[in-house]
Amino acid sequence: MIRVVLPFHLRNLARVGEEVEIEVTGPPTLHTVLDALESQYPVLRGTIRGHNGGRRRPFLRFFACEQDLSHEPTDTPLPEPVVRGVEPFLIVGATAGG
Amino acid sequence: MSGVRLLVGTRKGGFILSSDGKRKKWKVSGPHFGGWEIYHLKGSPADPDRIYGSQTSGWFGQVMQRSNDGGETWEAVGNEFAYDGVPGTHQWYDGTPHPWEFKRVWHLEPSLHDPDTVYAGIEDAALFRSADGGKSWQEVSGLRKHGSGPHWSPGAGGMCLHTIIQDPANPKRMFVAISAAGAFRTDDGGATWKPINRGLRSQFIPDPEAEVGHCVHRIAQHRARPNTLFMQKHWDVMRSDDGGDNWREVSGNLPTDFGFPIDVHAHEPETIYVVPIKSDSEHFPPEGKLRVYRSRSGGDEWEPLTKGLPQSDCYVNILRDAMTVDTLDPCGIYFGTTGGQVYGSADGGDSWTAIVHDLPAVLSVEVQTLA
Repeated sequence: MIRVVLPFHLRNLARVGEEVEIEVTGPPTLHTVLDALESQYPVLRGTIRGHNGGRRRPFLRFFACEQDLSHEPTDTPLPEPVVRGVEPFLIVGATAGG
Repeated sequence: MSGVRLLVGTRKGGFILSSDGKRKKWKVSGPHFGGWEIYHLKGSPADPDRIYGSQTSGWFGQVMQRSNDGGETWEAVGNEFAYDGVPGTHQWYDGTPHPWEFKRVWHLEPSLHDPDTVYAGIEDAALFRSADGGKSWQEVSGLRKHGSGPHWSPGAGGMCLHTIIQDPANPKRMFVAISAAGAFRTDDGGATWKPINRGLRSQFIPDPEAEVGHCVHRIAQHRARPNTLFMQKHWDVMRSDDGGDNWREVSGNLPTDFGFPIDVHAHEPETIYVVPIKSDSEHFPPEGKLRVYRSRSGGDEWEPLTKGLPQSDCYVNILRDAMTVDTLDPCGIYFGTTGGQVYGSADGGDSWTAIVHDLPAVLSVEVQTLA
């Protein structure tokens, strides 16, 4: 079970709380976690990355265990504490705008 | 009893303003989708409870919303806008080829007859259609694949398809307008399109009378006279009486012929409204006076409408999708400003009242006249 923390607007869009739990099939990576998230909450398709596994939206970041994973290859395995559900995987909106 | 429902899109959410037929007391609902840019909300002429919405964000991209109960509740529908085939390139600001890339939905135009069919005008400019209530979208690609497509280029606000007019007398005919490509028409249900820009003159392009490249800001049509079109161009107010084949300028005595919206009185096909803006460099009313101008002669001769509108220190803009008319009698006119006001007139423009003063910057205003 992977814990995913969503930014405010995506929580509202998916009608969920701050954190959701995702079951991932196979080795948890950036790609498979986002696949599972979008499968569980189809309304999030296109809001975090392009459709059909496309590029990360430029004003979003992926953090875990105090690391910025945003620029890692999408098949990068997630840190062990995230895989074990001890630490969450964070989807963070850039601080910008008025 | 009759009533009206205003659908207001703003920089920070959507708002619904409701009133009875007197249009004096208003109920405000919102913000819907607070914090998101709501580019456009529009109800189906075939089912007023069906409303479509374009919800966008620089962070999260495009979301499409649909309501089946007049805006009480909403559900997200399909948000994938994939260009047909290999998208190709259009012209970038610096004249170089630039790949066509979806950015946002500017304008929604529900079918006149079917609540599940809706058109979307998008940036980078293209026309999309959904026939399943917004769940899936397909490009009406004959437009973008018109031979001039690679030469289209964006205006300062982006290369958007912002105007979609369905001909009420001819289901095969439709008009669209693109900044800064111009106006186009199909006579075969969208399979093929042709530019309809003859008579337009734009000093900011190398050939001022080119077939395409004109920054059309808005086109309006009266349902009773589908061959007569009124256009607010980047500069110039124009008119066509042959379905866009030929245009002539009708700016007449306007204090400036720059502006964004244009609309037609619901019961008087020769009565039209514009809001003059000082210039393309200064997007606010001349002299700080917010004036709607009305022509009862289909252009050329204009009168300022000022009663109830600020006549000093007013420096707002009125965007292209932010003016609308209801079909009550007398006809109601409404417009929203970048300062967050929505003004309404229940007497054809003779007098105005601020329905709300302090919304976020208004991007669009549409009205539904309810039985």
